[in-house]
Amino acid sequence: MSSSIFDSSPGDSNPGGDFAAREAAIALPPRNTALRRFCRHRLAMAGAIIIAILVLGSYLGPYLIPYDDTFIDIMQRFAPPFSGAHILGTDELGRDMLARLMMGGRISLAVGFTAMVISMGIGILVGAIAGYYGGIVGAALMRFVDAVLCFPSIFLLLALAALIEPGVASITLLIAATAWMDVARIVEGQIRGLRERDFAVAAEALGASDLRIVFRELVPNAVAPIVVAATLNVAKAILLESYVSYLGYGIQPPTPSWGNMLNNAQIYLTSAPWLAILPGLFITLAVTSFNFLGDGLRDALDPRMENH
Amino acid sequence: MTALVEIDSLQKHFPVGGGLFGRGKKQVRALDGVSLSIEKGEILSVVGESGSGKTTLGRTVLRLTDPTAGAIRFEGQDITSLSRRALRPFRQRMQLVFQDPFASLNPRQTVEQIVATPLAIHAGGSSATEKRERVADMLRLVGLQPHHADRYPHELSGGQRQRVGIARALILNPSFLVADEPVSALDVSIQAQVVNLLLELKEKLGLTILFIAHDLAVVGHISDRIAVMYLGRVVEVAETGTLFRSPRHPYTEALFSAAPIPDPTVRRSRVLLQGDIPSPIDPPSGCAFRTRCRHALPECATVVPPLRQVGPGHLSACIRDDIALQASIA
Ligand SMILES: Nc1ncnc2c1ncn2[C@@H]1O[C@H](COP(=O)(O)OP(=O)(O)OP(=O)(O)O)[C@@H](O)[C@H]1O
Ligand code: SF4
Ligand SMILES: [Mg+2]
Repeated sequence: MSSSIFDSSPGDSNPGGDFAAREAAIALPPRNTALRRFCRHRLAMAGAIIIAILVLGSYLGPYLIPYDDTFIDIMQRFAPPFSGAHILGTDELGRDMLARLMMGGRISLAVGFTAMVISMGIGILVGAIAGYYGGIVGAALMRFVDAVLCFPSIFLLLALAALIEPGVASITLLIAATAWMDVARIVEGQIRGLRERDFAVAAEALGASDLRIVFRELVPNAVAPIVVAATLNVAKAILLESYVSYLGYGIQPPTPSWGNMLNNAQIYLTSAPWLAILPGLFITLAVTSFNFLGDGLRDALDPRMENH
Repeated sequence: MTALVEIDSLQKHFPVGGGLFGRGKKQVRALDGVSLSIEKGEILSVVGESGSGKTTLGRTVLRLTDPTAGAIRFEGQDITSLSRRALRPFRQRMQLVFQDPFASLNPRQTVEQIVATPLAIHAGGSSATEKRERVADMLRLVGLQPHHADRYPHELSGGQRQRVGIARALILNPSFLVADEPVSALDVSIQAQVVNLLLELKEKLGLTILFIAHDLAVVGHISDRIAVMYLGRVVEVAETGTLFRSPRHPYTEALFSAAPIPDPTVRRSRVLLQGDIPSPIDPPSGCAFRTRCRHALPECATVVPPLRQVGPGHLSACIRDDIALQASIA
């Protein structure tokens, strides 16, 4: 049985190889998609820069301006923006709007980030358990996720908020409790697909523990959708905080947040519209920036485009 | 010779379709009573058409799939119903090499991380430098360069990836290796190198290999014995030379004659396999091969022919002794 193909010597003569060729074919996108990707990236870049400005402004800004957010300048009530010493004007008590927007930004951004981290934690855990174990456990968990998803999150949030004492920590937890389900769904789908792959079988054949297989082998292959979901979740959390605070169930004055500044502004809508427009503008800026960043990351982290 | 692995009437049925509460569920009989014994130090090849249950056999023997019935003994110990925890010590001694060298390596890990994973799981006591050295030694042994350690799988060629897969499987020094079509996804020019590497490592490390294959030329080159599978059953087992020279099962004859002839000066008429392999959900009664067998008799439909001895170390599951089958080599 000597057949000719067994006579060659070891050491690959064809380093590019069969599979490399196949990948190259996948990895070259047509021109116009590359262009689209570039345009999306510009929006994502703009989003990232705006987020950086908002974060730095909120945390460092208060040290750079002459007014404290609680200082009441009784002679300067309802000063319109760009009209005097207060650049963005003052509110009904004569407090500096810029200072209040910065302090409100600290709260709103912190609530957004923290709620995202907590909701990602819950979502990844639930999704990973459901996706990895599947069967009855997985089905039960995912039906529960579906059931919670049936409630529009704003109703769920308001129902819960009406029952508890509102505060920064409790509102953050509540928002996290209404925002984890999408993450759980995404992670469940990813893990369910990945666990059938040969490298997961290889880990099992080596006697790896479930924990190791899930968090060392599977989850790292799902980082792209997880990072995208995290970014979109910050936007969602900031928006939810604004809703509930605007409706008066969220962060309570005198602690400022973009949402409750909006609540305060309602009665002066015609006489001092900037009280509503300014926080509204910042909420919109933050939410759209995170959404653009998420979209950009989705494209940039497309695994086929990846280069280590 | 002593058996390293003994497989006894192994069955694996996969439920398919059916209603929500399992009503009307059907079973795929991926393994339908396989008995084999794998001797220490041998290469036993398993051949058969796609869907005959070869992969399922390999994975069930390694307890990566739970058998429906039957028994598996490894080094004399029954491992059929051991828990995952109880299986852990066995995992070091039996390993698997996959068909697809891309899917079997984690795309997010470097070669170093991939090959070090078995050490992280089983050799917790040794230091980081010790582990690095063992990985470097292993990479050298499979013919890779030290600089490959920091590469990601997608930066390697198919052949190099398969070498990484082999390094991962062998770094814990197992005694038993299941190689599930380890070269069929590779370029023909590279296939030979990887097969030769496996042979070389087998000698060096004293491995016993269950080699699953499509390509009969490779099988003829490397195996000590060959088992032929059809629809979840072993229909013939014999030493390699015997099987090529005097096959006793009509399916073996047809399968082997369908393969390209390695030596073009040898003339041979082809026994064609007519039609497709029947569905393993509803296999034919009696001899499962009867729907495609050119020697079939009415009796073939009544009972499942058992594997019986037809020569020294030669088993076949055909009721007919009176037929002369064509050898695939003279
Ligand atoms: N997880 C599963 N669920 C349902 N059916 C399965 C599963 N795994 C395998 N099967 C079925 O079992 C039968 C045997 O499959 P198996 O993969 O073992 O065949 P094979 O001989 O390895 O084929 P190939 O040469 O294509 O690799 C096939 O009919 C297949 O569809
Ligand atoms: S038992 Fe009958 S059908 Fe089966 S292989 Fe033998 S002759 Fe053919
Ligand atoms: Mg297979």
